[in-house]
Amino acid sequence: MDITLLKLLNTPNSSVNKGQNRRDFLKTSALASSGLVIGFYLSGGNKIASAQQPPKANASPNAFLRITKDGAVTVQVKHLEFGQGVMTSLPMMVAEELDCDWTKVRAELAPANAVYAHTMFGMQMTGGSSSVINSWTQMRTVGATARAMLVSAAAQKWKVKPEQCRAENGVVIGPAGQRAPFGQLADAANKLDTPQKVTLKNTKDFKLIGKPTRRLDSAVKVNGSAMFGMDITAKQVPNLHVALVKRPPAFGGTVKSFNVDKVKGIPGVTHVVQTANGVAVVAKSFWAAKTGRDALVVEWDLESASKATTAMMQASYRETALKPGLPTGKVSDGAALNNLKAAGKTVTAEFEMPYLAHAPMEPLNCTVKFDGDSCEIWVGTQFQTVDQGAAAKVAGLKPEQVKINTMIAGGGFGRRANPASDYIIEAVEIAKQAKVPVKTVWTREDDIKGGYYRPMFVHRVTAGVDAAGKIAGWDHTIVGQSIIGGTAFEPMMVKGGIDSTSVEGVTDTPYEIPNMNVTLHTTKTGVPVLWWRSVGHTHTAFAMESMMDDLAKQAGKDPVEFRREYLAKHPRILKVLNTAAEKSGWGSALPTGRARGIAVHESFGSVCAHVAEVSVEKGQIKVHRVTSAIDCGLAVNPLSIVAQVEGAMVFGLSAALYGKVTLKDGVVDQSNFHDYPMLRLAEMPKIDVHIIDSGASSPTGVGEPGTPPIAPAVANAVFALTGKRLRTLPFNLDEVSKA
Amino acid sequence: MAITFQLNGKKQTLEVEAEMPLLWALRDVVGLTGTKYGCGMALCGACTVHVNGEPVRACVTPVATVAGKNITTIEAAVETKLGKVVREAWIEAQVPQCGYCQSGQIMSATALLSKNKKPTDADIDTAMAGNICRCGTYNAIRAAIKDAAQKLA
Repeated sequence: MDITLLKLLNTPNSSVNKGQNRRDFLKTSALASSGLVIGFYLSGGNKIASAQQPPKANASPNAFLRITKDGAVTVQVKHLEFGQGVMTSLPMMVAEELDCDWTKVRAELAPANAVYAHTMFGMQMTGGSSSVINSWTQMRTVGATARAMLVSAAAQKWKVKPEQCRAENGVVIGPAGQRAPFGQLADAANKLDTPQKVTLKNTKDFKLIGKPTRRLDSAVKVNGSAMFGMDITAKQVPNLHVALVKRPPAFGGTVKSFNVDKVKGIPGVTHVVQTANGVAVVAKSFWAAKTGRDALVVEWDLESASKATTAMMQASYRETALKPGLPTGKVSDGAALNNLKAAGKTVTAEFEMPYLAHAPMEPLNCTVKFDGDSCEIWVGTQFQTVDQGAAAKVAGLKPEQVKINTMIAGGGFGRRANPASDYIIEAVEIAKQAKVPVKTVWTREDDIKGGYYRPMFVHRVTAGVDAAGKIAGWDHTIVGQSIIGGTAFEPMMVKGGIDSTSVEGVTDTPYEIPNMNVTLHTTKTGVPVLWWRSVGHTHTAFAMESMMDDLAKQAGKDPVEFRREYLAKHPRILKVLNTAAEKSGWGSALPTGRARGIAVHESFGSVCAHVAEVSVEKGQIKVHRVTSAIDCGLAVNPLSIVAQVEGAMVFGLSAALYGKVTLKDGVVDQSNFHDYPMLRLAEMPKIDVHIIDSGASSPTGVGEPGTPPIAPAVANAVFALTGKRLRTLPFNLDEVSKA
Repeated sequence: MAITFQLNGKKQTLEVEAEMPLLWALRDVVGLTGTKYGCGMALCGACTVHVNGEPVRACVTPVATVAGKNITTIEAAVETKLGKVVREAWIEAQVPQCGYCQSGQIMSATALLSKNKKPTDADIDTAMAGNICRCGTYNAIRAAIKDAAQKLA
């Protein structure tokens, strides 16, 4: 998800007015008898939002922090945990300011509630590599507020001034050496007024933030006890049924009729219900539902369905790219083309990037219990607020009548942040009709064939260098579908016909390129698309960093040296580039048959560079080692940063080597991991991640910036090795073997 | 039909369709949800359990075929002496990110270590070839297996 664009986002259901910046605290009373509970919200700046009278939407028993008499500190994590480590990094920020005992800290995922809105986007959501950034001041303030109240409670008890006391490792210590553990102070603290202003620590005084810290959720993830959405059973939701949905073979198809004759009599099948996008078989178990779905006969109306065929789209996109599209704001008034004509050496390159499925390890699922005037949902979602509104609409309820329990998710990568809430509303439709609690489950085939892909893109770039080896001009045309177009966010996020998630990474390139002209053709295909880990940067970084490498060659310069010339005003990016190069041994000799390639890219407020060391054997690319550098501002938890950079890199590498969703007459060709393969353990490169100590006072994005630079780094390494430019993703092995 | 097998050391009798995959019998009928569904075609390894000590993909194993056999799932596998060491090595190496594939990864790893006390990199490559991780934890998995092997030696 894109940070800059989502800043524009607001939702009608949100009680939060992002235009206001005044912060109020509220202390909820629901759990007053069991210790200290701290809530927090951004007020709308109007009269409903006084600290004493929180608006109704915030009157939730779930605050951010709960300290109980036993000293346990429980942090409600407002973001989805789907691998990125927010169940550790957010509690770290609270604990830092609270000065509690880290071993007493627990994390829980917060349900849907306006109090948990993203502080930049005004709705509860997880995306844009922004969970840590937007929580940075908020979570530390929660901790500091609670600490101040605990200290005050202790001071009152000892009849001293709060300034004479301090908190340390979960204990308040008084001037005469008195000691009171937080748990013993929690009740008294809860009776105090919430301080309106607290002072946060200086970064140099941090004890926990910045320290490699183990995840709080490791133990439950090594013994099978972690509860994912898929793991909701009748134990949690009595009388739970399972539904599988038969969806149209081509996007946009509709149900003409269906025949349940062969479904009747299948043991365990209880209902067959039609939904807006197919027919659902409801049963007592997954297997019964699947057996029923296999037996179900549906006649489809495919008249208005997508007829998309990838081979034809490729040709059409390439042809479209020959003509300039809509101006993006990065326009050089024809100078780019004129300068190019005068340039000594020019390169014209076509880059092609396919549709990609997210394929999280946990297939999509959503459990719904609907009883007429309320609806309870258990789901791993990145988009609680949007989903709550969408579910309410389908259920015929108000958003506040829909309770969403956020479940930890087995990956997501953007798929669980759908403006259309597709898998949530479908599950509500089914439960509403079946009148029993239902867990709607997607099979892997449903997932791979189900759309909402990273869009297919073609970039056509003509760029050249002059006799002095300097870039003379750069003409860049991008062709592809808009992710935002057609969604409720279009009016806010598409300006002048330009969806900036289509061009981010090109139009805002930090390279000081003279005479750069960028235009965009937005296509319509009927294939549903969505953000996919690092969004537009997934394709723009590949085109930009492959071209820079190509121009370095034209200029007769080293790829690192060439990039430096265009980054003189960007010391932060230079440092990342130089660190990755230096740590990789850039320029030093490698064994015969191996070469290095580099790429650097800025996204989500951070900068990441990878150096890939590759060989090509029998037409297969083998990536032996990746050396990475990242500047993500203040490093909150170095362990999760390393894990995320590794993970994001592998995610991009899997796609670069294998990822491809293709269609024929509107039907998706791939279906499961045999034809939509993933990198496996034996193919995993060694990877060293270097976190830049930038001295920054706040963090920037971590979850996504590691993805964009890996494909160009590998392609550039293959070029260094073979002289062959790979400009199509996934890498075409025939092109390599011809080299 | 009634099918009886040993599940995590206890006798278990289920009244289910013979062709129901063991995965769904465990998850939907017994209620043991540590064993995960990822692909349904033995392609990703998330559903790995031990059948008489061998790693098996439960998603393609009809429950009738395990009648009379010993089934071990993640819930019990990490409580054995070997399993505890592997579990701790997994935490030590901070392997899990989203964690969804890790039951299967650990089941493949414990099956390997129960037969091979000193697995080489190639042994690990082979034993873990059937398990996909989308978070990219593979290097941590390799480190954890080697660490566990050392501690078990």
